[in-house]
Amino acid sequence: MSKIIEGLKYSETHEWVKVEGNVAVIGVSDFAQKEMGDITYVDMPEFDDEVTREEEFGALESVKASSDLICPVSGTVVERNDELEDAPELINQDPYANWIIKVEMSDPSEVDALLDAAGYAALIGE
Amino acid sequence: MATFSYFPHTEDDIRKMLQRIGVSSIDDLYNDVPGEFLYKGEYDLPDAMSEQQIREHFAALDSRNTKLKIFAGAGAYDHYTPSVVPYLAARSEFSTAYTPYQAEISQGTLRYIFEYQSMICELTGMEISNASMYDGPTAAAEAMFMAIACTKKKTRVLLSDTLLPNVRKVVETYARFHGVALGNIAQKDGQTSLESLKAELEAGDVAGIIVPAVNRFGIVEDFTGFADAVHEAKAIVVEYCDPSVLAVIKTPGEWGFDVAVGDGQSLGLPLNYGGPYVGFMACAKEHVRKLPGRIVGQTVDAEGKRCFVLTLQAREQHIRREKATSNICSNESLMALYVTIYLSLMGPEGMHKVNSLSSCGAHYLHDELLATGKFEEVFTAPFVKEFVLKPLVPAEQLQQALLDAGYFGALATEEGYVSFCVTEKRTKAEIDGLVNVVKGL
Amino acid sequence: MKYYDKLIFELSKKGRTGFSLPENEFCASRNCGRKPSGCLCNALPENLRRAEAPALPEVGEVDVVRHYTNLSQMNFGVDTGFYPLGSCTMKYNPKINEEVASMPGLQALHPLQPASTVQGALEVYYNMEKALSAITGMSCFTFNPCAGAHGELTGLMIMRQYHILRGDLKRTKVIVPDSAHGTNPASAAVCGLEVVVVKSNADGLVDVADLKPLLGDDIAGIMMTNPNTLGLFEREIGEIAALVHECGGLLYYDGANMNPLLGMVRPGDMGFDIMHLNLHKTFSTPHGGGGPGSGPVGVAARLEHCLPLPRVVRNGDGTFGILGESDESAGKVSGFMGNFGIILRAYAYILSLGKQNVRLAGKFATMSANYIKESLKECYKLPIPSVCKHEFVFDGLINDGSRPEETAADGTVTPAVPGATTLDVAKRLLDFGFHAPTIYFPLLFHQTIMIEPTETESKETIDEFIAVMRKIAEEAAADPMILKSAPHNAPISRPDETRAARQPVLKFRDAE
Repeated sequence: MSKIIEGLKYSETHEWVKVEGNVAVIGVSDFAQKEMGDITYVDMPEFDDEVTREEEFGALESVKASSDLICPVSGTVVERNDELEDAPELINQDPYANWIIKVEMSDPSEVDALLDAAGYAALIGE
Repeated sequence: MATFSYFPHTEDDIRKMLQRIGVSSIDDLYNDVPGEFLYKGEYDLPDAMSEQQIREHFAALDSRNTKLKIFAGAGAYDHYTPSVVPYLAARSEFSTAYTPYQAEISQGTLRYIFEYQSMICELTGMEISNASMYDGPTAAAEAMFMAIACTKKKTRVLLSDTLLPNVRKVVETYARFHGVALGNIAQKDGQTSLESLKAELEAGDVAGIIVPAVNRFGIVEDFTGFADAVHEAKAIVVEYCDPSVLAVIKTPGEWGFDVAVGDGQSLGLPLNYGGPYVGFMACAKEHVRKLPGRIVGQTVDAEGKRCFVLTLQAREQHIRREKATSNICSNESLMALYVTIYLSLMGPEGMHKVNSLSSCGAHYLHDELLATGKFEEVFTAPFVKEFVLKPLVPAEQLQQALLDAGYFGALATEEGYVSFCVTEKRTKAEIDGLVNVVKGL
Repeated sequence: MKYYDKLIFELSKKGRTGFSLPENEFCASRNCGRKPSGCLCNALPENLRRAEAPALPEVGEVDVVRHYTNLSQMNFGVDTGFYPLGSCTMKYNPKINEEVASMPGLQALHPLQPASTVQGALEVYYNMEKALSAITGMSCFTFNPCAGAHGELTGLMIMRQYHILRGDLKRTKVIVPDSAHGTNPASAAVCGLEVVVVKSNADGLVDVADLKPLLGDDIAGIMMTNPNTLGLFEREIGEIAALVHECGGLLYYDGANMNPLLGMVRPGDMGFDIMHLNLHKTFSTPHGGGGPGSGPVGVAARLEHCLPLPRVVRNGDGTFGILGESDESAGKVSGFMGNFGIILRAYAYILSLGKQNVRLAGKFATMSANYIKESLKECYKLPIPSVCKHEFVFDGLINDGSRPEETAADGTVTPAVPGATTLDVAKRLLDFGFHAPTIYFPLLFHQTIMIEPTETESKETIDEFIAVMRKIAEEAAADPMILKSAPHNAPISRPDETRAARQPVLKFRDAE
């Protein structure tokens, strides 16, 4: 069983979003980190980079795989979790506490199109 | 069925194998190939040769090449290969091995690549080296892509006018198809012009520049001010270097550059009519994720023993496919072993001596040639083993006269100069012999 | 194989040397020229010298010889044992090839020597071009690419150049099957082409129905491997070629899997316009632990003008020349004319095959692959049962030994046992003196084991391999842990790859 947190929004590509005012805090779901196994590197955008909904904003790497991170919302990166640079395993330890980037949304209504916890649970068959 | 030493199948083997498969002939295994595509004609190949015939055939081919004393460089250098190098590298445990994906039975390969990476870092003063590239020019092309990748949205890379022509041409080919815009940095007195660089940086959109440590005139370039100017423009500097000379000249690391590439041929590889050589590529730590090619890293096994593996593979084509940093797969591993063994034998003292002998010979030839009165001096900048002069006789006539006497040198540059190169293999007697030919012109 | 734990740097002792160089006659004679510039220190001003000598090892010749001999003994090679490595064609590397490629005269040629002084070397290129054209049905070849992926990139450059020269600039996409080698899409990206994926059908072949809607005036071409990475001959290649040509695209043949067609089928006859060969696969040159390879690219006659330069041509008088420049060439793709030393080896191999033995190579490779497939299908899942060519895939063990958690009547719980995976099978093979097969590729199955025996393995070797694979399957069914803890007899046990990636130690200085 993967952990799913109520109150967060989820994308079909397994990113979660927590809305804090105009800012979307973005990470990956527990399901995603389990699928990846030991994460060895998190490729993140730079501060102030533009990101676009449904486009790639980075990648998770394990020893034998790489998985693109797909942005659930559009906007500008206002913060990135630099701790992940040296400790990518934090995502394995707690994918919800260890967010990846924070995005100032250009269109907050994009969040409405995302799945809620129940919808995401159904998606991953749990 | 004819017998052939590489195919061990006896009639009995074939019968039993086909029986298990459940077909009556090997041709039945090609029933899924439409008949029109099965080749029925005779192959237009020579008759099969015995081993002795092959040996004689190659001896005959070899006799149709002219044996020359090499006084040419331009990216391929006639340095001495100690006998230990090919002797060890020819061990079939190294040469017949596959890429070391199965680390448990590939520690030999993995260890020497780790040593190779360490040595390339020592020579270049950079922090990270990959496991090798095809050759110097393709490594330069990959460095161009790295510049684009490191600086994201920029699309232009500047090439110094003093780069070797074959390096420039390969980079141009890769750039044209990939869609990288190239700019030129002009030369002044045979060296990359800082003024021209600054003007180009001013024009904007520059992701990186590629400059040669030892340029196509043999000049050891002075890059004072380059790193600052380029970094200020948020671009990176790639140095194209001869790793043998790096043992004595200021390194790309010391200049504060970001990427070092070049050809490891000068480190004990035979000339081999152009290949196999070995490209090397090293970079500053911050760019490691953009570095193409294989990389070996140290780790421990399940019992805690030190061991080595291919690592950071998520950058590579077999995982990242079209998003990989490069399409490179096979590199030049065995040639990296040549380099590693060569550098182990030479050590810091040997490398200094190689450069010292080459430099003394080259300066001696330079001065002797000028003394013949058949040349004019073009540049006065420092050089080590290679230099250009302006011939006062036609370059072709000069080169032919040398060839006739058994010397290969006086390579023409696009400006009408001729270049000469002297390595530690050239004796004073050989140099005097060449100079005598010139005197007779 | 025994474990040996030294690095050459750890043998270093200050002042020890392993080189032998002549005395400096120039300084000794004090005849350095006008400027007293002969000495290196005079030649190089202070600001152009490195501050410290490089910290290379300082070791003696004996140290070097023993060290690398010891390292070699931790390596597996074709001369050590059998490689059932799919898509890699690990055939025997004949020793006469090594001998002729090491002839001092051939090794001493400078790549910029005038054609008149290298007639023997140019003849090798010329004869090889003729031979490869005969074997593949292509019109001509370039030898400049240094490896297979380099050949792919070169081939795609030729493809684009062809369209560009015709003024057809819209063609910026290339179709790649989902079963393709990873280098295909990567090469396309380097060449500035957008990758469009065509799916495989249930038989493991390119789905022609899926292909049709992809074809249009923006398609530069399609890259195909035939037989594909499942070892299956793309029997609809005739129709595919017609469709792609009809839309104005070109067909690229990835020669990685050429071996079963050697002496049987010519890519040119199937309608391919451009192809590369891996001389280090099909033509027996050693893999070298990851190169040097050689990836010559052949093209149909109408693409000859797009070949990269320089290339060797035959003059009217029968001598050989070098064509250096042309306006229509795709450009220059490597420093000189490719990996001459490798081309020499492949040439020797072709001479030994001749028109007689070339007929046998592909056939024996195909027979051996089918023999292994039929011999092991009771123990390993065979997702595609049809006749294969030089290689085939299993999808893991039929019985992987996994058991669910069990609770006995008295309430004692026996924990679940995880099954043996393809990785475990691969690692266990090492214990029996075999290299592992290619695993987890192609990605069409979850537990892919891809096996390619090549024509140089005897029935006895193959039978031994089959017996070991069966034994491993039995072990897995009985106790998967035997596999999971393998290898047991290699110089090291399984390495911690996660640690290697998370905390990279990439050079000796970092390790100290």
